[in-house]
Amino acid sequence: MYAFNYHRPSSLDDAAKLLSSASDGKFLAGGQTLLPTLKQRLASPSDVIDLTGIPQLSGITVSGSAVTIGATTRHAAVAASAEVKKAIPALAKLASGIGDPQVRNMGTLGGSIANNDPAADYPAAVLGLCATVHTNKRTIAADDFFTGMFETALEEGEIVTKVEFPIPKRAGYVKFPNPASRYVMVGAFVAETADGIRVAINGAGPCVFRHTEMEAALAKNFSPDALKGIRTDPAGMNNDIHASAEYRAHLVGVMARRAVEAALG
Amino acid sequence: MTNQAANQGIGQAVRRKEDFRFLTGQGHYTDDINRPGQLYAAFLRSPHAFAKIKSIDTTAASKKPGVVAIYTGKDVAADKVGGLICGWTVKDKKGEPHKAPRHDIIAVEYVRHVGDQVAVVIADTVAHAKDAVEAIQVDYEVLKPVVDVREAVKPGAPQVHPDVPGNLCYDWEFGDKAATEKAFASAAHITKLELVNNRLSPNPMEPRSAIGEYDPGTDTTTVYTTSQNPHVLRLILCAFVFGLPEHKVRVIAPDVGGGFGSKIFNYPEETVCVWAARKLKKPIKWTSDRTEAFLTDAHGRDHVTHAELALDKDGKFLGLRVDTMANMGAYLSTFASAVPTYLYALLLAGQYTTPAIYAEVKAIFTNTTPVDAYRGAGRPEATYVVERLVEAAAREMNIDPAEIRRRNFIPPTAFPYQTPVACVYDSGNYAKALDEACRLADYANFPKRKAEAARKGKLRGIGLCAYIEACGLAPSSVVGSLGAGVGLWESAQIRFNATGTVFVYTGAHSHGQGHETTFAQIVSDKLGVPLENIEVVHGDTAQVPMGMGTYGSRSLAVGGSAIVRAADKIIEKGKKIAAHLMEASVDDVTYDKGVFSIKGTDKQVPMAQVAFTAYVPHNYPPDLEPGLEASAFYDPSNFTFPAGVHIAEVEIDSDTGVTTIVNWVAVDDFGKVINPMIVEGQVHGGIAQGIGQALLEGVVYDQESGQLLTASFLDYCMPRADNLPSYKIGMIETPCPHNPLGVKGCGEAGAIAAPAALMNAITDALGTEKIDMPATPLKVWQVIQSHNFAAAAE
Ligand SMILES: Cc1cc2nc3c(=O)[nH]c(=O)nc-3n(C[C@H](O)[C@H](O)[C@H](O)COP(=O)(O)OP(=O)(O)OC[C@H]3O[C@@H](n4cnc5c(N)ncnc54)[C@H](O)[C@@H]3O)c2cc1C
Repeated sequence: MYAFNYHRPSSLDDAAKLLSSASDGKFLAGGQTLLPTLKQRLASPSDVIDLTGIPQLSGITVSGSAVTIGATTRHAAVAASAEVKKAIPALAKLASGIGDPQVRNMGTLGGSIANNDPAADYPAAVLGLCATVHTNKRTIAADDFFTGMFETALEEGEIVTKVEFPIPKRAGYVKFPNPASRYVMVGAFVAETADGIRVAINGAGPCVFRHTEMEAALAKNFSPDALKGIRTDPAGMNNDIHASAEYRAHLVGVMARRAVEAALG
Repeated sequence: MTNQAANQGIGQAVRRKEDFRFLTGQGHYTDDINRPGQLYAAFLRSPHAFAKIKSIDTTAASKKPGVVAIYTGKDVAADKVGGLICGWTVKDKKGEPHKAPRHDIIAVEYVRHVGDQVAVVIADTVAHAKDAVEAIQVDYEVLKPVVDVREAVKPGAPQVHPDVPGNLCYDWEFGDKAATEKAFASAAHITKLELVNNRLSPNPMEPRSAIGEYDPGTDTTTVYTTSQNPHVLRLILCAFVFGLPEHKVRVIAPDVGGGFGSKIFNYPEETVCVWAARKLKKPIKWTSDRTEAFLTDAHGRDHVTHAELALDKDGKFLGLRVDTMANMGAYLSTFASAVPTYLYALLLAGQYTTPAIYAEVKAIFTNTTPVDAYRGAGRPEATYVVERLVEAAAREMNIDPAEIRRRNFIPPTAFPYQTPVACVYDSGNYAKALDEACRLADYANFPKRKAEAARKGKLRGIGLCAYIEACGLAPSSVVGSLGAGVGLWESAQIRFNATGTVFVYTGAHSHGQGHETTFAQIVSDKLGVPLENIEVVHGDTAQVPMGMGTYGSRSLAVGGSAIVRAADKIIEKGKKIAAHLMEASVDDVTYDKGVFSIKGTDKQVPMAQVAFTAYVPHNYPPDLEPGLEASAFYDPSNFTFPAGVHIAEVEIDSDTGVTTIVNWVAVDDFGKVINPMIVEGQVHGGIAQGIGQALLEGVVYDQESGQLLTASFLDYCMPRADNLPSYKIGMIETPCPHNPLGVKGCGEAGAIAAPAALMNAITDALGTEKIDMPATPLKVWQVIQSHNFAAAAE
């Protein structure tokens, strides 16, 4: 790890100012991605600005129509929340399956979606539930937020403050973990929302995406069988030593069917 | 004997003495040691698999803060440091010694694998050393590497070493070729398989670490390091690498957090620490990080094999022939040459009466991390070949796999049994182990379970493995004639204190095996001393007189036997002291469990009193030396041959290719068992590693660039608790007839048996032999696709 200046501001404004005045600043949330990167000497920020000292960034509130989760809320808190479990059980289940207990007790929602690792879990829920991402500057619709591999609509210095998940009629999330890393190799978040059926696929491609053909099929018949004939094109799927593009494309179908089963309970 | 000692002796499941300090974080590992004035080493490592070093510029790096010195291969060469050695010389088909190209501790002209040492920085902190490493400029001429043995033997392949034509380390053979060919000519059936034994990364929890220290006042060099065999390391460093006097070098291997073979060897890094410490007259410390461990800890396995089994019409084995290419990596590691030869081909008889066996083994250099012994070392590879063949033959001939084994087992009455590949098996009852395993696995009802699974759309399979192991490589005269550069005895010393407590010094080294408990149990049993009064000392050449270390499941059979010998000597001397105290003749003294007595009387003297008298010899036999201590060496007359049967049962999800292990039975014969709980733990760990090999683990290099694609746990898949089933463990016991404890060894058995059992189950489920380890979900799914099972399941 290279030396850097460490800051722990207590307000959003201070955090934004610290970043803009740093020559190469980085926000730190749970550190579960940033710290391993620093330890491996793969990044050398001049300043690290810890967001976990800002009280308003943390916490879960549930209204009749939405679950709102603060950016620095730990995965473990979401997984354990009785309210989340009641309102969107698939979301609590997703959080409970991220990494291991140590990772869940440190990692945060904001860090996960800001990082937008193609193999991360949360992006599937954000996209699948048609959530709204709130930042210190604006709100961003899920469909506009995830722009590419490790890329988002966030601008330099923009801070995710919370994510508002509309409560769906029903939803299910199933993932096939990478055997080695246990990150997502292929995952499917299927939800019946006020905006209709949404199927978000993570792990399979360079960025989480919606499977519109499946959405259309499920809109007609919300059952695993409705997905049976649908083939996913391997072109554009990730290809590595753990899974070929063809295998990933195949697993998209299997995971989506299982996610529908999960949604049906 | 005290009641306490009575419950702590041989056969008791005593809790491990060492666990308190390990589980409470109070272990003392090499990296926990810090020496006054210590500096830190960091290595610049080759980013290329194969390249010529055109120039190295350290100017900018040496100006970095905290840098004390930067050395390259040229500096080492200028000091005339010897290269690393291979301690076992294998002779090829023509009787020529293997090719052992020079292995510099820092590369001089070429780098030959990703991670090869290019330079070392010595600095005041690890961070400073790493900063300076990044500032070293190297101009490489990048060369095309070769990583796969099948490519490396082709004409025109890149040549890893200029003095090793065709990358061929040796072309070796063993067994009776003519007899084997005759057997094949008369066969009613021949089973053929192409098998790959996947390359593994050992991944002990504790990475390698070393401190070199030099005391100019006494001209003494001390090495603290993560070694499984400190005395052997001392011998190699002194006699071969540095030419130092052995009495001026001390090697200390404190608590060591796992080795699995990888810490047997002499590596460049600890050697550099010693060299630099002597040069700078400062202690130099290096601790590997996990990436370095993946890149530089000796890997295991990596065989490509064509194997054939000849059978008569009743499924009786007539002959076995095996053609193997073994990947040595870029350099010949300390015992690498012996692994695919003497530790492999000699085990190809398995548990069977196969009369004719012939093996050819080509050892090949490639631009990869060196390969050497890893848990089982050659024996898992042999068992994998034999047991995959046997299972495939049974299927092809429509004979039940258990039955075909029964027809070919060496019968219990045939021991000692001479195999056609040099071994004389000591004892065993193979059919009994198979019967017990089948009972525990409910083997008879498997077809019902398979049909039931099929109704749920699952593919179910069962696989057997009847493995043989050879532990405690010996005797020294035989291994010497086969090319070993060392003897394979073990030493022990038992020393009583005046107050009756005991030190036991052993040349074996414990790095997870539980010697502090097992060895103490032996002493407790023999000498009637409670366990807590016994301290087992190991891992320091200045304390332990001599030793050969721990590998090949040898510690108990060889080291334990030395302890028994030493205990016998203590008893002999104790009898003389006791006779004097009881005013009787030595011939009338009997000894049992810590008490000396006179036949036919009620006179008794306990061991503690004898020990006290030995050190406070006021009333003492006039012609006897004071003191109560004894040393012993033990050089076994033969290997021991543990054996057993494992049965794996799996269910495969044809939608995803995921294999779930639904049942696992292990019935092992380790001879006499000293501590059943520790033995069971060893079996569990071994099976976990075997399951890892078969299902999850595999080192992958990019074929073009030679980059290691599995250089972290993100990509190298270790077995985890939820990958493993609960095991059903059974034991049978045929004592080893040629060592005083009757023990055989248990450390590697699980890793030897598990891969074949599991792959046999998977191939049974899939209905094809054509799948290699690790049988990942991807590979299983691809096989299912090619069989079109998927359509059937939908
Ligand atoms: C061993 C291990 C296993 C894991 N397994 C999984 C898994 O199975 N599934 C999974 O989804 N994830 C997994 N993770 C990742 C983990 O769950 C975190 O979600 C992830 O590391 C990012 O969250 P964080 O809070 O740790 O962010 P950090 O590491 O602190 O930051 C990550 C990035 O996001 C930026 N950032 C953080 N917070 C904000 C914010 N509020 N606004 C703007 N930018 C921000 C940072 O500047 C940084 O660039 C694993 C991690 C580890 C170490």
